[in-house]
Amino acid sequence: MAARGELPAWVNLGLIPLLNLMAAFLVSGLIVLLLGENPIEAVRLLIFGAFGYGEAIGYTLFYATNFIFTGLAVAIAFHCGLFNIGGEGQAYVAGLGVTLVGLYLGFLPFIIVLPIAIAAAAAFGGFWAFIPGWLQARRGSHVVITTIMFNFIAAALMTYMVVNVLIKPGSQIPESGRYAESTLLPKLHEIAAFIGMELSRSPLNLSFLLALAAAVAFWVFVWKTKWGYALRVVGQNESAAVYGGISPAKQIMIAMAISGALASGVALNELLGSQHRLILNFPSGFGFVGIAVALMGRNHPVGIILAALLFGALYQGGSELSFDMPTISRDIVVVIQGLVILFAGALEHMFRPSLEALFAKPERTEATA
Amino acid sequence: MDFFLQAVLLSDSTIRLAVPLVLAALAGLFAERSGVVDIGLEGKMLGAAFAAASAAFVTGSALAGLLAGIAASVMLAMIHGFACITHRGDQVVSGMALNIMVAGLGPTLAEAWFAQGGRTPGIGAEARFRGITLPFAESLRDVPIIGLLYSELISGHNILVYLTAVIVPVVAWIVYKTRFGLRLRAVGENPSAVDTAGISVTAMRYRALLFTGVLCGIAGTYLSTAHGSSFIRDMTAGKGYLALAALIFAKWRPVPALFACLLFAFTDAIQVRLQGVPLPGIGTVPTQAIQALPYIATVLLLAGFVGRAVAPKAIGQPYVKER
Repeated sequence: MAARGELPAWVNLGLIPLLNLMAAFLVSGLIVLLLGENPIEAVRLLIFGAFGYGEAIGYTLFYATNFIFTGLAVAIAFHCGLFNIGGEGQAYVAGLGVTLVGLYLGFLPFIIVLPIAIAAAAAFGGFWAFIPGWLQARRGSHVVITTIMFNFIAAALMTYMVVNVLIKPGSQIPESGRYAESTLLPKLHEIAAFIGMELSRSPLNLSFLLALAAAVAFWVFVWKTKWGYALRVVGQNESAAVYGGISPAKQIMIAMAISGALASGVALNELLGSQHRLILNFPSGFGFVGIAVALMGRNHPVGIILAALLFGALYQGGSELSFDMPTISRDIVVVIQGLVILFAGALEHMFRPSLEALFAKPERTEATA
Repeated sequence: MDFFLQAVLLSDSTIRLAVPLVLAALAGLFAERSGVVDIGLEGKMLGAAFAAASAAFVTGSALAGLLAGIAASVMLAMIHGFACITHRGDQVVSGMALNIMVAGLGPTLAEAWFAQGGRTPGIGAEARFRGITLPFAESLRDVPIIGLLYSELISGHNILVYLTAVIVPVVAWIVYKTRFGLRLRAVGENPSAVDTAGISVTAMRYRALLFTGVLCGIAGTYLSTAHGSSFIRDMTAGKGYLALAALIFAKWRPVPALFACLLFAFTDAIQVRLQGVPLPGIGTVPTQAIQALPYIATVLLLAGFVGRAVAPKAIGQPYVKER
């Protein structure tokens, strides 16, 4: 433990995550082998399925959009020393805000609806995360447990809203009516066509650009503003924060609210960008993928975008793979996701001692010399 | 009489629904009392459910299913230990990782082995844990009140239900009356004191996780080979988290955990019956509100609005020998 931090930066930020990722992929490969398929062929199919043609790339980026949002959501909480497992529920409740805008604000032009939709999603998602934040800050209830509970409460609430309140009148299918045309987010291939470029058709929409903007804003907020500084100090050392005149309780509530607001991007992308109506359980586990993305991306926006791309490719390529290799179901992607969280998160220190022995020694002898 | 029959039937389904919760809550009790957070109860149960259903289907033996279920669950518990105890990884992250991995692995293996859309084939009655009719259940049926209670409520469950009824007092005895139990509680409150007394914190925590694995294994087996008759994708449906909530609700004590699980199972059992039925003075209660009740209650408890839940002191902290 004493030797921690003596590793060169490229080992710490590059080699260790890479080794952890490799270990996760190695185990995944073994599972594919166990199922009686060729792992190398599987990887080839997966990569082709994710990047091989225009439509595939569109879908990969579409999924990646969700993961950038949820990854950033988990990361901002991590910076404040909090573990927000509630991205799933926060994105789900944000869907309520998006749906209200989509159903009832159709009389406004798109350019006015867009900021309202973003604000509504952020407000609903942020509020759903703020309550656990408030409970942690003021009542000392552990945010991990409360966010898990809030995921289930969100599921119950949203089922009620969809089935009893927002359901399309006269319909038996548990989904809301279609959103008004002027509220929908334009697809990127439509935007490209407008400026004379040609892109393949896919659900990839404006949310992707919003996600990239959120990543930039994340970086500025966390490392370039005093609010971000206060948040990180609380995450690093709470007593130091108090000594420095920063209120940990306030920072915890702010971090959680921002976290929920970031997770709400999933609702924009999935509902306003692709489904165009509220459906049951639309976040379908994307909130949990955010944990893997944040861990792999080391809570930095650049890392998170790269990790989100990887998971987007896994999701898109995985469904193509299951098409070509019937013995492999697309659930293998969920297995890989779990393994990445295990190796990049829980076992992140596994390779550290041996790497320290390898790299840190020369520095130490130098110091003693 | 009709009301009485309804009450007995409701209690009966409460018991059936409570069994996996009780087992999982007690499993969590061992882990958390030793200072290891375990949000991976869900994954261990799900893994056990898959292993038990597969083994029972292939071998045609319920017992083989149980052993496979326990083995799978213990293996997952040991991975959790390897990450959290040996490598001092984040316990919540590890639990989450295992939950997600198992949620994918079960359907993946089921699809590859049985090709039935991510579930296992139905298990025949002979390879499941079937209901046991206790002696005199049939002949006593016509005795007023007691007869119905005995034949409907007490008799007719499978062996895992009766096993659970025995396990609760045994766990309470282990935790409060044995040397192991004392050390278990100590290692979760003040590991360095235990270390000073010459007892290995690492070994104690691994042993606690072994218990956790076995109990979750029985719980998962119950789901797929006793209560149900095959493994279905996500068949635990949050029961692991609900058990965790019950454990917190019971303030990490075994007998209160039993009652918390019974209460949560009761809300589950009654919501089916309350569908569309107006309650006097309240009106129709949406089923979703009843579904959310255990989670809301747990949040309120954690927030200290009703009582106070104080976790074992050293929970969530990896033990470092030299500080």
